[in-house]
Amino acid sequence: MRKYISFFRLRLVTGLQYRTAALAGIVTQFFWGFMEIMVFHAFYEADPSAYPMTLQATSSYVWLQQALLAFFGAWMFEGEIFELIKNGNLAYELCRPVHIYDMWFARSVALRLSRAFLRCIPILVVAVFLPEGYGLGLPASFGAFLRFLLSLVLALLVMASLNMMVYVASLFTISGDGLRILFCSIVEVLSGQIIPLPFFPEHVQRILEWNPFASTGNVPFRIYSGNLSGAKMYQAVFLQIFWLILLNVLGRILAARGEKRAVVQGG
Amino acid sequence: MEKKTSSLKLYMHYLQIIIKSAMQYKASFFMMAFGQFMVSFSVLIGVYYMFQRFSNVKGFTYNEVLLCFSIMLMEFSLAEIWARGFDTFPSMIRQGTFDRVLLRPRSEVLQVLGSKFELVRIGKVLQAIVMFVYGMTHVEVRWTAAKILTVLFMLVGGVGLFTSLFMIYAALSFFTLEGLEFMNLFTDGAREYGKYPFGVYGKRMLQITTFVIPYALVQYYPLLYLLDRTGNPIYIFLPLAALWFLIPSYALWRFGVQKYQSSGS
Repeated sequence: MRKYISFFRLRLVTGLQYRTAALAGIVTQFFWGFMEIMVFHAFYEADPSAYPMTLQATSSYVWLQQALLAFFGAWMFEGEIFELIKNGNLAYELCRPVHIYDMWFARSVALRLSRAFLRCIPILVVAVFLPEGYGLGLPASFGAFLRFLLSLVLALLVMASLNMMVYVASLFTISGDGLRILFCSIVEVLSGQIIPLPFFPEHVQRILEWNPFASTGNVPFRIYSGNLSGAKMYQAVFLQIFWLILLNVLGRILAARGEKRAVVQGG
Repeated sequence: MEKKTSSLKLYMHYLQIIIKSAMQYKASFFMMAFGQFMVSFSVLIGVYYMFQRFSNVKGFTYNEVLLCFSIMLMEFSLAEIWARGFDTFPSMIRQGTFDRVLLRPRSEVLQVLGSKFELVRIGKVLQAIVMFVYGMTHVEVRWTAAKILTVLFMLVGGVGLFTSLFMIYAALSFFTLEGLEFMNLFTDGAREYGKYPFGVYGKRMLQITTFVIPYALVQYYPLLYLLDRTGNPIYIFLPLAALWFLIPSYALWRFGVQKYQSSGS
């Protein structure tokens, strides 16, 4: 376990070095968040009765999403891992006395945490002070806030497990490019990043709630504002745990298979 | 004139080589093109479901938004295909290959443009065309020659505008040596939010997109003409006015080239 923690720390410290990039990222995300909220306001004006959440809940959702973009951004892969599968350096990875699944998992979580860490605080602080309906509201209750944190940790782990599926699949296909692009567009729709899941028609939403991608940002962001509460919330959190376990068991089995038949490219 | 035609010939030659080499990896090419298609398709899914719930946004219906989205996407993707060289320019600076470009007796812009031609983005263009045809046949307006002309001008103005933005992105890397992430706001961001007419984002945003970076000139105003919201013929030509943006961006590029000190690698 200690080796994985040190891998994790190493990645975390490296990630924290990119401060200028983080600053630029903050500015960008502010703008995106703002535009997103303007769109939702425009739709709200068109027909308030058709609007499925409160305006405040949507704007909190948008700001949390922007602040924690690095947690759930579909494109956040470790390019290095794809590289070493392609160029054959995978051989060195396999020589190490660690399990590649666990090592890559630790790296994925660390990458996301380090990227988010630098960016989220300034965004959240400013968003809190924006006027009501445009900014980040307070959590629905203290309890909701605690459940939000718990669900957020689960969501991050589920996201990292989903990444792992793509890495592991690249062990079989060698070039991960096509997989990666496909993954990105699927994640964005199914996880509620393009539009929050409540905006889908009821019958579509009911199915979408069950997919593994919905166990990422969708759950904590909606718990925060109270949009998801009571029995439905518990169901969503249990589903997160379910997916986390299932994906990891599956990922490990596939990784073990992949390692065995891994073809090392080049010399 | 002699030089002009030979420049065009040279550019065509560049294209030929790039396309030939891309076709060596056909499977990869089609997969990437499909990927490009999927990326913008997911945005369309979002728009589609929003309009399942709401009948309009600021008075624009689903079909009208599709028309707007498709034209914006086409402007962006066409610019992306041919001006992608600017997009990858920061790496050219870092690796020192721009020194080689300067040594050759041809315009730098031509060589940078000719260094990349990303045909895989055709996936996006294809989607834009499908959306455009759907939107065009479903909106309740009569299509006249003037309107077709407006669409053409929108494409010309839009491709010009996005090309200038890519050029600014490249020019800035003369000073910073790396690509600046926030520039994505003005390119990818504009495409992303340009799916809705800029009037949707409030008055302030409309002013900025009219006078500072003229997105609205290639999107919102001509769209009003297409949809019969205004009969003023000036709106037909407004997209061409957006081309003024080429001037400051080319000036910045020239300034960058003059200031350029090799990165030393």
